[in-house]
Amino acid sequence: MESFFEWFKLLYDNTGINLPFLYDSYDRDRMWNGFLMTIKLSVVALFFSIIIGIIGAWLQNSPLKWTRRIVNGYIQIFRNTPPLVQLYFFYFAIGALLPKVSNGYGGEVPILGGFAWAAISLSFFAGAFNVEIFRSGMEAVPKSTTEAAEALGFSRLQIYKDITLPLAFRVVLPALNNNLVNLVKTTTLAYAIAVPEMLYESNQIWSDNVNVTEMMIFLLLAYFFLVGILVWGMNRWERSLKIPGFGT
Amino acid sequence: MNQSYYNGFNSRKRKQEYKTDLPVMITPEVKEPGSILSSLSAYIFKPWHGFVILFFCMVSSSIAFGVDDNAKSSIAEVLWRWMPLLLKGFIFNIVISICAMAIGTAAGAALGLGQISLNKWVRRVSWFITQFFRNSPWLVLLFFAMFLLPFEINIGGLAIPLPDWVKAIIGLSLPVMANVSEIVRGAVVSLPSGQWEAAESLAYTRRQTLWLIILPQCVKRMLPPWMNLYAILTMATVLASIVGVSEVMTLTGQALAAEGGRTDLLAPFYSFVLLIFFMYCYPIARWTVRLEKKFSVIG
Repeated sequence: MESFFEWFKLLYDNTGINLPFLYDSYDRDRMWNGFLMTIKLSVVALFFSIIIGIIGAWLQNSPLKWTRRIVNGYIQIFRNTPPLVQLYFFYFAIGALLPKVSNGYGGEVPILGGFAWAAISLSFFAGAFNVEIFRSGMEAVPKSTTEAAEALGFSRLQIYKDITLPLAFRVVLPALNNNLVNLVKTTTLAYAIAVPEMLYESNQIWSDNVNVTEMMIFLLLAYFFLVGILVWGMNRWERSLKIPGFGT
Repeated sequence: MNQSYYNGFNSRKRKQEYKTDLPVMITPEVKEPGSILSSLSAYIFKPWHGFVILFFCMVSSSIAFGVDDNAKSSIAEVLWRWMPLLLKGFIFNIVISICAMAIGTAAGAALGLGQISLNKWVRRVSWFITQFFRNSPWLVLLFFAMFLLPFEINIGGLAIPLPDWVKAIIGLSLPVMANVSEIVRGAVVSLPSGQWEAAESLAYTRRQTLWLIILPQCVKRMLPPWMNLYAILTMATVLASIVGVSEVMTLTGQALAAEGGRTDLLAPFYSFVLLIFFMYCYPIARWTVRLEKKFSVIG
């Protein structure tokens, strides 16, 4: 392994292609942590955005008018405003209103750090799209299916949980896939509030080493790779969930 | 007991009358070909749409106002004072979005046509470019354009300066290009192959088929996703603030700094930025939905 890393040092000495995150152990750690942070942020936001989508779609079909209106308002606001402004709003505006807690050294830190706010704001942003996606999937489930379930004495929650959602899930997977890819790409916004994810760490590295071109190309490839893995996994999942004869 | 029984009966009966599913009983809803206003009403602002944001803005600002008791000037006053500057910044955002959309659409249309080319290599290269730019984050592409483009271009002794907002336009037009390319390809593929065959049987050349038969039909299908993309792009123009273009987000930060970093101003200012973006993007979104419904094939 060491000789592999040494090779990049030689590459730099001979050609000027500077990839410090491979030969320099300090930069390697930074880059690796940034990579892990991006994955962590993506997974957390992915998870909560899907939860928000499922609950939101359930609430959107609620018989109460005001519940539906609030969910619709939430969707429209989060879909039609820039995610970066949402992030700033959460981090600076709401974060400033929350009380502070003292850390172990006598200083005061906000209750929620940059990572938490980034996760919250990204979950809400992607969640708004997911609600719409799940709703469209539920509309694709034939009405006779729900009617049959009603006739068998299922409650509204049971119908949603056991019948509509599993069927809708298979219909919405391609759209969901698309949105989740978008979410992974949007995690770069966390850079703006100094969450040490991949873009942030790359920025640190290129500030230290003045190798913007190499870092940029590496970053693009890294995201290409990440998104590729996600798309591959989702496609596999889609295929394994497929019910013969249902959907197209 | 009796009373409630009758009430329940009555309401159920009323419901049944209302929700009958006998086809003969359904009165067709006749849309009156009314004025422009009534046709606009599908995507015009309902009061409660903006109300939610406004409510949020007011609540957060009043809470913050209560916290800070030696406030200098009221929040509304400060916001009013800075509003012209912020709106100017927002117009700059719109200019960036329109330029990036124009460049992206032109390049994307070419790339999309490349994706359906008969030449295998043109097809593969266009496919790769499309996928590459579609799957990379917008912010990274923006950084890419910002740092890797020179600050001026020399063409035969003539120096053309490239200010940072021009670079931002180029950086944003890259993902737009890739997305437009996919939209074009999707629209062409979605047309029934009978169109191609019919044109071929009428001895149209490939170019004639594409320009006279296929693409005119595609425009309709491409319009809603294209508008959607425009809304996304407009929201992405804020990213330019991270790389230092003085658009609305940068100006907001500067205005907040100029007011001495008062924490009670943070919420109102950021909600104001949210509100102007909402007011610009929401009608576009509604219009898109309407067009989608209008162009969708019935049955």
